[in-house]
Amino acid sequence: MKAFRIFFRSIRDAFKSVFRNFSLSMASILCATITLMVVAISLLIAGNVNSITKDLESELSIVVYLEESAKEDDISFLESKIKAIKGVEEVIYKSNEERELEMSEYSSSYATIFESYEDSPLLNTFIITVDDAEKLNSIAEEIKVMDNVESALYGENSVDTIVEAFSFIEKVTIIVVIALVFVTAFLITNTIKLAIYARRSEIEIMRLVGASNMAIKLPFVFEGFIIGILGSFIPIIIIIYGYIIIYEKMGGHIISNIVNLINPYNFVFDVGIIILLLGAIIGMFGSLNAVRKYLKI
Amino acid sequence: MKFIELKNVNKTYSTGVTALADMSVVIDKGEFVFVIGHTASGKSTFIKMLYREEKPTKGSVVVGGVNVAKLRNGRVYKLRRKIGVVFQDFKLLPKLTVYENVAFALECLGMKEKEIRPKVMKAIEIVGLKEKVRSFPHQLSGGEQQRVCIARAIVNEPKLLICDEPTGNLDPETSKEIMKVIDSINKDLGTTVIMATHDKDIVNRMKKRVLLIEHGVLTGDYLKGSYKSHESV
Repeated sequence: MKAFRIFFRSIRDAFKSVFRNFSLSMASILCATITLMVVAISLLIAGNVNSITKDLESELSIVVYLEESAKEDDISFLESKIKAIKGVEEVIYKSNEERELEMSEYSSSYATIFESYEDSPLLNTFIITVDDAEKLNSIAEEIKVMDNVESALYGENSVDTIVEAFSFIEKVTIIVVIALVFVTAFLITNTIKLAIYARRSEIEIMRLVGASNMAIKLPFVFEGFIIGILGSFIPIIIIIYGYIIIYEKMGGHIISNIVNLINPYNFVFDVGIIILLLGAIIGMFGSLNAVRKYLKI
Repeated sequence: MKFIELKNVNKTYSTGVTALADMSVVIDKGEFVFVIGHTASGKSTFIKMLYREEKPTKGSVVVGGVNVAKLRNGRVYKLRRKIGVVFQDFKLLPKLTVYENVAFALECLGMKEKEIRPKVMKAIEIVGLKEKVRSFPHQLSGGEQQRVCIARAIVNEPKLLICDEPTGNLDPETSKEIMKVIDSINKDLGTTVIMATHDKDIVNRMKKRVLLIEHGVLTGDYLKGSYKSHESV
């Protein structure tokens, strides 16, 4: 019962304290607001960069040209063999007639060329998509040596460079976000430390009247929690409305129609929840860390 | 009946300064003891050891049967609940009223609201501040602020009241009033009082037991009323 009383009293005192020490609380809240805003924007950018690179990577595929002599049985056997390869996501068969039709529809000059042939000059193909662009090379090499395969192409050098570049961009964005989270934690923790430094006599009095360390820490931890939550409100509101407006203004694309932004619903709320948790956790641990210093005897 | 016992206590700070050297003293339950000495003589270290703000480097400090020197950090709060401390600079929380400042001491202990109120009102009455319960510290005089500090120190009915230069910031008239309050707490409630002070007049007038500390050494232990003829501080 006593523990519950201390717990609920700590929550009450934390709220009182935020308002009674208004200027100190405002300094901490503003610091949290500004730094969390930067983290929120970086999360939105990082999320989109990763989504765009994944989108573009998923467009990359291997085209397997089959030998002219391959029979229907050979083709279905080959298809099942390719499907069995680890990392192959989808295998679509395109006969030479289908490809001829597609190309003719794309350009009339192709149609004219094809008319001059009695039989189709094109080969039957498989279009293969893989789950990870970095596997394109190894899967293509595996397919090349199979029976009835004329060649397996995926763009080789240029695609390898693109895949490497995408993987680099992804890593850089993750590192930037992590670094920003650390900077945010450092700045918020230090602002809270300064605010608590100004109230160290309060902690001293609590110690002298016989409050247990837990009873001293709790109100400050709750106060840090409240400051973190209040500090995350503005960034959350700005990113939710800001992202939805930008998404709608740009029609969901950036640069061209094939580069899509992430749909705001869920994504922007997920980022909001991350910011809220980040604010609350940094606030709590920042306070705890600052109070602990004054509890040493 | 023995309440406080220091045996061969030494305190050397990390800077190499020796604050107390081989100090041994016994204080009985219900006694009123002055601790006098020049600035940096070691009297503050002695006082702080009693409520375990400082630990001795050597020796034992027993308060109410507990060897404070061996007390684990996590248990110190239990000792402090039995001790009230009054400071020269009052140490009141500026944003709390008189009532809240006194109640704060009990709230920290997780006491029920309905138990807190009568105890707080009783303590405020003892120090004569019933009319000022809703005032904030900045609305009070120095003497009144010290009374609040005393009320906070005694609200939990401690067995020991430690006063660290409680009249240091007060004029002689107000000091007299504060001493009356502390004296009545000692006499009426039976609380053991240990008071560090520089104020010769108070020590002479009160005629209590006096401990004289010089350069970290207990050089005099004057029984009740015998100090006046040995004025050296």
